[in-house]
Amino acid sequence: MITFENVNRWFDGTKGKVTALKDISFSVRPGELLAVRGPSGCGKTTLLLTAGGLLRPSSGQISLDGRDPYQLNPEQRSQLRARTIGFVFQQFHLIPYLTVRQNILAASLAMPGKDASARTDYLISHFGLDDRAEHVPAQLSTGEKQRTALARALLNEPKVILADEPTGNLDEDNAQTVFGYLSQYVRDGGCVLLVTHDAQAAVHATRTLQMSQGQLVG
Amino acid sequence: MTIWNLLIREILHRKLNFALSVLSVMVASGSLVGAVVLLRIHDIHTNELLEQKQAELTRQMAQLQDDTRKAMLNLGFNVVILPKDQNLNDWYAEDYASKYMPEEYVDRLAKSGVVTVRHFLPSLQQKIEWPERKRTIILVGARGEVPELHKNPVKPLVQPVPPGTISLGYELHRSMDIKAGDKVELMGRPFTVHACHKERGDKDDITAWIYLSEAQELLNKPGLINAILALECLCIGEEGLPLIRKEITTILPGTQVIERGSEVIARAEARIKVEEQARVSIQQEKDARENLREVREHLASILIPVVVTACAVWIAVLGFTNVRARREEIGILRALGVCSRRILVMFLSRHVLVGVLGGALGFGAGMLAAVYFGAAREGTPVRMIETGLPFFGLLLLSVAGAAALAVVAGWIPTMVATRQDPADILRSE
Repeated sequence: MITFENVNRWFDGTKGKVTALKDISFSVRPGELLAVRGPSGCGKTTLLLTAGGLLRPSSGQISLDGRDPYQLNPEQRSQLRARTIGFVFQQFHLIPYLTVRQNILAASLAMPGKDASARTDYLISHFGLDDRAEHVPAQLSTGEKQRTALARALLNEPKVILADEPTGNLDEDNAQTVFGYLSQYVRDGGCVLLVTHDAQAAVHATRTLQMSQGQLVG
Repeated sequence: MTIWNLLIREILHRKLNFALSVLSVMVASGSLVGAVVLLRIHDIHTNELLEQKQAELTRQMAQLQDDTRKAMLNLGFNVVILPKDQNLNDWYAEDYASKYMPEEYVDRLAKSGVVTVRHFLPSLQQKIEWPERKRTIILVGARGEVPELHKNPVKPLVQPVPPGTISLGYELHRSMDIKAGDKVELMGRPFTVHACHKERGDKDDITAWIYLSEAQELLNKPGLINAILALECLCIGEEGLPLIRKEITTILPGTQVIERGSEVIARAEARIKVEEQARVSIQQEKDARENLREVREHLASILIPVVVTACAVWIAVLGFTNVRARREEIGILRALGVCSRRILVMFLSRHVLVGVLGGALGFGAGMLAAVYFGAAREGTPVRMIETGLPFFGLLLLSVAGAAALAVVAGWIPTMVATRQDPADILRSE
């Protein structure tokens, strides 16, 4: 589903070139939850954004659902992202003026013409947000926020979820709940690329990779 | 979920930003509409003012003309046509002619196409003893004006005395205590008093006027008259009288023409001069109003671009503020697969909405303010309908122009929004 082949990514900093990803090669298949662990600043988020077609690698090849997103024009790349990827972030990134229902539905903006109401209702129910459906993010707990973000990520029935520290702001119970949903998604045939520094992630991952200073070390 | 839903909810969430943006457009649009309407109100007041002055001039001229005509009656006539053999010493001494000419002369003159004089009044005058009253009076027989058949009819200067009636001068009716409607007898013939004239201070005060044919019968002068009075000579100036004499004596060889009205001519000239001065005054007023309009137009041409530019800058600043506040939203929408074109539509739609609302409100505010201030400045209220402006067209122009202004002003912030790198945003958040 996702394949990295000798991917490098560096940035031009004030003190010269800064390498964020160095010769990264791995793949994630359907039914797999790959956890990439590492300390803050080791390049995990850069890896995730590169995998999501949001950050072009400086060199190397990336394949997403059999296509190199960076060979596509921006419009096609957006379409590929909408159809294939669901993003989940540590900061949730919910739109503050939309209710839970509307935040979930916001993902349908990427697929104009698609009626996502029934799917939204299902996800609200699935994630136990029925009594919160008309609340705005400011009225939600952190766990509810992350469940809303997960529901939004799943609205367009993506083949892969890219999750950046999804449990970083959650207590243990809520973190377990989120991992539970991700595990279920994987069991249903999806694949998850999870970047985290949380050791507990390894318990739920089908495979774990360690990252340090932009390199996969184990 | 549509872009429109998102837009409405975002506006409701960031009301202040939106309201300030609408207010900016409203100020710009209102200034423009207000200036247009104010200038239009200025034009309306100018027209009204000039029309009033023109009407006043016309009224004054009519009054002056009437005064002059009355003065002509009181002072005498422009010319008097007398029989050629009339001794002028006698005429000046008696104030009426002792010689006679056929009454048909006046008809001949009227049909001749004479151009130098108008208002022909044939008369038969003679000083007589009013036997029933033992009074010396001047008896005048007149039949009213003879119309000039070759010219457009004009209002007669002298109304004829109807047959069977008599009009009396002031001294006659006062001293004999006679009133209009009384029955009197003159030389054995009964008359009803038609009019009793006010005091004029001349021989008219001892004059009695009756119908010409009755005078001819009483004085035993059938078919004869001794003067034709011609009013309002059209030739003024030194060359006028010779021209009149030449034309009249050509038509009526058995007559002579005497001038009787230099004061009248002076009054006519004065009237023309007053008319000219009034016209100059109107022109000066018109010029002053035009100058004032130019000044106002010039002021508007400086102020409006300044206001519009300031508003555009303010809209741009608010646009940048909005983009900055929605940075995270842009990042997540892009990550979800929303293409930059839809982000562009989302932000531009907001600017269009700002423009349409601001334009419509600015139109209303500009109109009301212009009418209010216009009325205060010009001194009279103006109803919207009186401006004669194409309201629907102006509304459309205001809305379309305001939308264009908002889009242009918001273009750079919108471009910034669409070019936001979602990776940068998501990493930094």
